[in-house]
Amino acid sequence: MSDVLLLSRFQFAITVFYHFLFVPLTIGLIVLIAWMETQHVRTKNPLYRQMADFWGKLFAINFVLGVVTGITMEFQFGTNWSEYSKYMGDIFGSPLAIEALVAFFLESTFMGIWLFGKDKISPKLRAFSIWMVAIGTNISALWIITANGFMQNPVGYIERNGRIELQNFWEVVTNPYAWHMFVHTVVSCYIVGAFFVMAVSAWHLLRKQHVEFFKKSFKYGLILGLIAATATPFIGHKSASFAAKMQPAKGAALEAVWETKESLPFHIIQIPDPENERNIVEFLTIPKLGSYFYTHSFDGKVVGFDQIPKDERPNVNIVFYSFRLMVALGLYFVALFWYGFYLYRKNKLVESRRFLKLVMYSVLLPYVAINAGWVVAEVGRQPWTVYGLMRTAEAVSPISLSQIVFSLVSLVLFYTILLIADVYLMLKYAKKGPYTSTATKGGEIQHVS
Amino acid sequence: MSHETVAIIWFGLWGLIWTIYFVLDGYTLGTGMLFPFLARNRQERNQLQEAVGPFWGGNEVWLITAGGATFAAFPAVYADLFSFLYTPMMLILFALFFRAAGLEFMHKDDSPLWQKSWKWAFTISSFALALLFGVAFANLFYGLKIGPSGYEGTFFSLLHPYGLLGGLLFISLFVVSGALWVMLKTVGEVVERAYKVARPASVVATVVLSLFFVATSNRTPLFNNFTKTPILWIVPALAFVCALLMLLFVWQRRIGLAFTNICLTIFTLMATGFIGMFPNMLPSRINDEYSTTLFEAAGSELNLKIMLGVAIVMVPIVVGYQLWSYKLFKEKITKETAKGYQ
Repeated sequence: MSDVLLLSRFQFAITVFYHFLFVPLTIGLIVLIAWMETQHVRTKNPLYRQMADFWGKLFAINFVLGVVTGITMEFQFGTNWSEYSKYMGDIFGSPLAIEALVAFFLESTFMGIWLFGKDKISPKLRAFSIWMVAIGTNISALWIITANGFMQNPVGYIERNGRIELQNFWEVVTNPYAWHMFVHTVVSCYIVGAFFVMAVSAWHLLRKQHVEFFKKSFKYGLILGLIAATATPFIGHKSASFAAKMQPAKGAALEAVWETKESLPFHIIQIPDPENERNIVEFLTIPKLGSYFYTHSFDGKVVGFDQIPKDERPNVNIVFYSFRLMVALGLYFVALFWYGFYLYRKNKLVESRRFLKLVMYSVLLPYVAINAGWVVAEVGRQPWTVYGLMRTAEAVSPISLSQIVFSLVSLVLFYTILLIADVYLMLKYAKKGPYTSTATKGGEIQHVS
Repeated sequence: MSHETVAIIWFGLWGLIWTIYFVLDGYTLGTGMLFPFLARNRQERNQLQEAVGPFWGGNEVWLITAGGATFAAFPAVYADLFSFLYTPMMLILFALFFRAAGLEFMHKDDSPLWQKSWKWAFTISSFALALLFGVAFANLFYGLKIGPSGYEGTFFSLLHPYGLLGGLLFISLFVVSGALWVMLKTVGEVVERAYKVARPASVVATVVLSLFFVATSNRTPLFNNFTKTPILWIVPALAFVCALLMLLFVWQRRIGLAFTNICLTIFTLMATGFIGMFPNMLPSRINDEYSTTLFEAAGSELNLKIMLGVAIVMVPIVVGYQLWSYKLFKEKITKETAKGYQ
């Protein structure tokens, strides 16, 4: 692999990871804030407003970095993947343009209104504005995943004039691959947002400060997280089995299947050995379950790597372990949220210090899980940049080594500065707790349950 | 509607979106460049932050839309423009990071070092963006060193006198725009300081604009289209007239009118450039046969038509709620009430 290609891939991976540190929280947290604002309109209880302000402040810090790291992603297709952009632009460009027109304007404009208008506009308008931000962020996910869905499962196109041209827009926007990914991604983002709220709340509850405020916040996170985490194994399973059907190489990598088999067993513990095309360890085996995962039939046939040419296989280890990690974490979240729900119902939450600590220390795990999921999606698609149509090696820009070195080093440096500043601010304001805004001065906070 | 017609419409829309971006971000970049010089204390910094705070994010989306529209409607231009101008594009990105973070993070900590660093990050990035965009677009007007096998220049071959004049032009126009915006949006001492900047800056901007037009005429093929269709001369003429009116209104201290005219100047200047480039989107300085025209770069007919439909529906909606947000925040910001980014 040429150095420019390798470094360009590094740069893309690094910038997309950085971007995706901020985006899931944006998408997940905003739903909770919008819900708080709505409750404020409905009940007139200033506690809700205080909650929206506190979480909104953390949201805003995170949001701005989501925006700036997102611009890199948009520019990078042109700067670093110009051959890709030329070949695919007729289909890939429009979802990005629509994303800006439909989603980014909405979220950015109303974010400005919400942030600066808070004390000027009515509670209803506040709630309206924040819902516009919430809708904007969620729709933006839809459009970018529509674009990515085309790379995973190209539909509605025709090869003409030496490039891929749009033939059926409807097929592109109803691409089932994209919709599977969209639902899976957004619901996973809700887990990230819910977890974040619960973890920050846990930190305060452990210190017995602002107990009512953070119990309430915790409950919000818990409800959203419980629903999202419970749904995720089903959504994720559908998404993965569909992906395996559409991209057999990715499918084979998910469970490191070397031989095409009917009645494939599932090994709870498994260590693949890609060099020798086998698994070194297969332990705690459940017969036929593998086939069921892939085909919904215990005797179904699963395509293994023996049917896939060597130069069309992804890196098995990366895909396999990322997938396992994601699934394991997903199951852990289900257990954690249900246990939290049990404690909440028994009214034992504040006393369960161990559980609160567990939540707190687990705060980064949803980020790990969601990024691992994208590693499965993206690394699993290799060596293709657009599945079956264009290889990643053909997509790279004809830039010089010094250019890519310059941009890679600078991006890592600047992103690291931004990330340090972000983490510092998030911790600082998360620990500071709610502040009394002008609106809460008038009335006492009422008890709500 | 034929493929050619819809491609031409998209060329117009492409130019329009870039133009709107420069008109809107012009005042934010200007405010950024002047920030440490206009605001002497925390309260005044809050004032300036609040003057641009509600709007800058929405304004920057015009840039993202310009990028997206280039990608969607003219994929080949998007690919070549961004990879030919790799280094300046990266510098623009870095400046965009720190413009945003500088503005929003500045007051989130009380440490003087923190505040100072982010303040200057905001200002230097704003300056860099004005300069880089000016140089980049001047180079588009001038023509790039595009040969048979692509871009043959380097980053430094963009920094010829005409390119640098373009950078200077953007900086001076945006400084005027920023100073006037601050005068419109705030009250108190910052207004007087902004006015002290606006007067000389308006002279500089008008002089640089005149020089830029002279240089454009002498050094670039940009005015050929105007000679062919003389009625079009009205656009650069308007740019010049608006600049003169801006100058007049600044000195008469009729700030609303002056601001309107600086926006019109930027608008007609960009329009002049795009009309002059037509039908080229990536003009070659070496030989016109290596230029990329809008027809060569255009996306497929179906794609362009669908995107046109989306734009016709969405752009008025966007403009509508953005105007509404300007109305919502029309009150002048005082030192006492300004909160800025807390």
